[in-house]
Amino acid sequence: MTAFLALIGRDLRLFRRQGGAISTALGFYLIIIATLPLGLGPDLNLLSRIAPGVLWVALLLSSLLSADRMFHDDYEDGSLEVIALGPLPLELVAFGKAIAHWLSVGIPLVLLAPLLALMLNMDGRAYGPLMLTLLAGTPALSFLAGIGAALTLGLRKGGLLLPLLILPLYVPILIFGVSAVDAVVTGPGNFSGAFSILCALSLASLVLAPLGTAAALRLNLP
Amino acid sequence: MITDPAIQLIVNNLAAMRGTRIIFEGLNLDAEGGHALTVIGPNGAGKTTFLRCIAGFLPATEGTVRLEGGDEERSVGEQCHYIGHLNGIKPALTVLENLEFFANFLQGSRETTAQAAERLALAELADIQAGYLSAGQKRRLSIARLICARRPLWLLDEPAVSLDKASQTILAGMVAEHLASGGIVVAATHTQLGWSESKTIDFSDLAGREGAELQ
Repeated sequence: MTAFLALIGRDLRLFRRQGGAISTALGFYLIIIATLPLGLGPDLNLLSRIAPGVLWVALLLSSLLSADRMFHDDYEDGSLEVIALGPLPLELVAFGKAIAHWLSVGIPLVLLAPLLALMLNMDGRAYGPLMLTLLAGTPALSFLAGIGAALTLGLRKGGLLLPLLILPLYVPILIFGVSAVDAVVTGPGNFSGAFSILCALSLASLVLAPLGTAAALRLNLP
Repeated sequence: MITDPAIQLIVNNLAAMRGTRIIFEGLNLDAEGGHALTVIGPNGAGKTTFLRCIAGFLPATEGTVRLEGGDEERSVGEQCHYIGHLNGIKPALTVLENLEFFANFLQGSRETTAQAAERLALAELADIQAGYLSAGQKRRLSIARLICARRPLWLLDEPAVSLDKASQTILAGMVAEHLASGGIVVAATHTQLGWSESKTIDFSDLAGREGAELQ
């Protein structure tokens, strides 16, 4: 447990101190949402209708931006070797790293979302469901990103490969996240059904993704 | 955790491959607690591969590595320190934070952190970010890991790289103490480390890909 907390604590400190990952993600999110109305024209009805979907898609892409850094630095500077020889199984290492990524990138993105929703004139009723779905869905984004980050570790030009690998896994989360919000605003359908599936997906990725991540890390250790 | 004096590293018929190339095969050796093993050989002979294979980074193609008398429930990797070409320190963390991470993560203690900082003359640098250190200081920080958490087996790959004379002496002292307490050291090196080596494996013979040997 000490080792697990030490790892998470170290990662949070590194994210905070280096800052690059967080500000890139937040900045990218802001830029997408800020430029979108300029491209679509000042149609408030259109914007408010598409707001939940756009906020979700932009958040997915923003969190992907920092995904490749989850293991990359540790791999480059040899920390991964130290971590691999520690008392934690690699599965728990993968779990801890994903938690740290979620806390330092996922949560700030979720907190920024309602502000950006204002810029899109989102329906007032949608704020609650949007925040709930984002909170439930973002852990899955970090955990799934871990698999891609670990798989593309040794590749010098892994930049595009990572999104290609990971985005298909993000699709169900996106679909159920957006449809839960839409159920509240435009109907038909019900919120709790889609939201339950979203939670299930998120919980499943919490358990299963670290297994894949650890297997991919082992491939990159030799 | 005190090292069991009866510890023994046993390598049995070990073979390793990288891609389709056999790096070494049929390697047998055993090293008892209190003994150092020096691995020598030309570049590319497989010294690093050998160490990484013992640590468990590279799965052995054939054969086994065991630590007799060690903790049965842990793999050899979890009972060893591996100091490789990469230092494994975080440039954005201070020297002290790096040491504390080693101690907490590898299950050492607070005292060992202070001890390690003092031993490797890092105490004055404690609040400096590791990224600003010189190559030799970074190496010292990396080596401090050996003291931060106690582990019976040390795998050192060119440990003395970029260390000055004084630091090399410190390292030699650490190794001597580790051996005296019953630990095992396996070091790959080109330079004379000035340790009382009891055994040497020469990988230059193995470069011919014939059967292994050692004395």
